Amino acid sequence: MTSPVKSTSALLYLSGVTVSFDGFKALNNLSLLVEPGEMRAIIGPNGAGKTTMMDVITGKTRPDEGEVVFDGQADLTKLDEADIATLGIGRKFQKPTVFENHTVRDNLLLALAGQRSWYRLLLAAPTKAENDRLDEILTVIRMGPQQHMLAARLSHGQKQWLEIGMLLAQDPKLLLVDEPVAGMTDVETETTAAVLREINKSHSVVVVEHDMSFVRALGVKVTVLHEGSMLAEGSLDQVSADPRVVEVYLGR
Amino acid sequence: MIQRFLWRGLDTKLRLFIGLVLLVGIVPPLLNLLMPPGSPFYVPAWMLQLVGKYLCYASLALAVDLVWGYCGILSLGHAAFFALGGYCMGMYLMRQIGSRGVYGNPVLPDFMVFLNYKELPWFWHGFDHFWFAAPMIVIVPSVLALALGWFAFRSRVTGVYLSIITQAMTFALLLAFFRNDMGLGGNNGMTDFKDILGFPVQADGTRATLYFASALALALFLMIAGAVVGSRFGKALTAVRDAESRMRFLGYRVEGYKLFVFVLSAAMAGIAGALYVPQVGIINPSEFSPGNSIEAVLWVAVGGRGTLIGPVIGAFIVNWTKTYLTGALPEVWLFALGGLFVAVTLFLPRGIVGLWGQYKARQERTKRTATA
Ligand SMILES: Nc1ncnc2c1ncn2[C@@H]1O[C@H](COP(=O)(O)OP(=O)(O)OP(=O)(O)O)[C@@H](O)[C@H]1O
Ligand SMILES: [Mg+2]
Repeated sequence: MTSPVKSTSALLYLSGVTVSFDGFKALNNLSLLVEPGEMRAIIGPNGAGKTTMMDVITGKTRPDEGEVVFDGQADLTKLDEADIATLGIGRKFQKPTVFENHTVRDNLLLALAGQRSWYRLLLAAPTKAENDRLDEILTVIRMGPQQHMLAARLSHGQKQWLEIGMLLAQDPKLLLVDEPVAGMTDVETETTAAVLREINKSHSVVVVEHDMSFVRALGVKVTVLHEGSMLAEGSLDQVSADPRVVEVYLGR
Repeated sequence: MIQRFLWRGLDTKLRLFIGLVLLVGIVPPLLNLLMPPGSPFYVPAWMLQLVGKYLCYASLALAVDLVWGYCGILSLGHAAFFALGGYCMGMYLMRQIGSRGVYGNPVLPDFMVFLNYKELPWFWHGFDHFWFAAPMIVIVPSVLALALGWFAFRSRVTGVYLSIITQAMTFALLLAFFRNDMGLGGNNGMTDFKDILGFPVQADGTRATLYFASALALALFLMIAGAVVGSRFGKALTAVRDAESRMRFLGYRVEGYKLFVFVLSAAMAGIAGALYVPQVGIINPSEFSPGNSIEAVLWVAVGGRGTLIGPVIGAFIVNWTKTYLTGALPEVWLFALGGLFVAVTLFLPRGIVGLWGQYKARQERTKRTATA
């Protein structure tokens, strides 16, 4: 961690990242490069370290070793969650965490890029531009009719949608999306893939997902994680032909 | 601008309630002053004193609710802020006694003469002026809240640990204020007040004015709290309460939000305490006892946490019951308090105000099934 930050053209640069929990290595010498504008799918069996990797990128977990660099300059191992979010990394959690006691619209308003300081928010009402942006996002995630509903009353699938909307509202440079289609129907899954591809036109995205048909629908480069390290990388067809990947998935 | 800020947060229900508080603040003192003692409309002085006390408690409850109900910070030390405001007022009132004390010392209050003080301790200077004491009533509790909150929130102390720290704070202050060498009256505290702003504390007119001021303060606090929780800040605040780490990932500096409400709440508690002291005529270290802070939390729980009206209703109901029971069946009070807490936790998770919401929700449900 003491080595000087490398200058790199990659949007996200992980090198030799190791995280141990009481001696157990959740991440083991993991390296990963995500280029600007890219969408990357991360797959791997349960406990492979996918969520831990996101924890490291967002500042929730500090790595024991290794470098994590964003946008060629920011050393993420030295920043906290709020700083990292401000830099332009947004995250959707594996378990949907929306603000249950707020309406759908207020959830999006809270996520909306811009005002974060408490003294400004005491006096500021949402501007016209902000309201327009909220309407736009509501259309993208198809939740206009539910906008005044409390988030607690949404179905599981709708909460996932709302979370994606909140991610959009943050307008980050990089979106980290953890298992977006868990618990969704096939139709919902396909729409989610379409929405993410749409989002990818203007944002870089890292998606973690188990659902292979979803990953196939995304049609992007895939990284396979296993026991905290990268096992294989390439197109979905390439990696699923890799005997080591087959063993990891079938041999369990 | 400030006016607009204050009005925007208020819904009709809250405006009506504020009106009610003001009515309760104006009518009884007028009846006390204008009606002859024999009239059925006459409000006796003891009643004014009692309800005046409740009004101060209601402000304290609102302050507790602002941090607990809206931000999830369960403070078990809010009575300390109340007591500090009370002590500031007490110091002012002590200095107003002048040479009318038992020992006739023009500068030193009686207890200092008794304890062989030669001169006024440094922190007593200025308290002979109301213009100095008044801001201190706000500043002293706020600074303590700022210091405590700064360290606790920055180190991300939350939940039970934060509650324990606040409880420890009020306990430490209790022990400190018991000491005679604190220069604040030790275990006896301060009493035998004579004048406030030149008016005799015991006079009917003064009592009525203090009572009115307590209601006015409560109304003002309801307005401020309504504006705060009704703003975008308020939305962020309840989001911090419900999912703090989510807010951090959204880029919010959660500490700033917590610190602001914590300090605002401490300032409200301090003012409530300052209005309380001249009405009850004494301030002593027992106001810091941990039980007082816990009782204040109970008022909020009974009335309905996370609502603005709930804490006021809770403070009145619990304290009225307490006054009644401590008079009629003194040995029962503690059990009643304990039983109340258990009952509220089990059956009224949203307090008395929540009952109304539950009732409306049920009505709506039956209506919907009827039409379906
Ligand atoms: N805070 C923690 N303390 C101890 N162990 C942890 C902690 N967080 C994660 N782990 C362990 O690290 C390993 C990797 O967990 P992680 O959540 O990153 O897996 P994952 O790839 O996201 O799995 P899944 O597909 O089930 O979501 C697991 O064995 C997990 O038990
Ligand atoms: Mg995971």
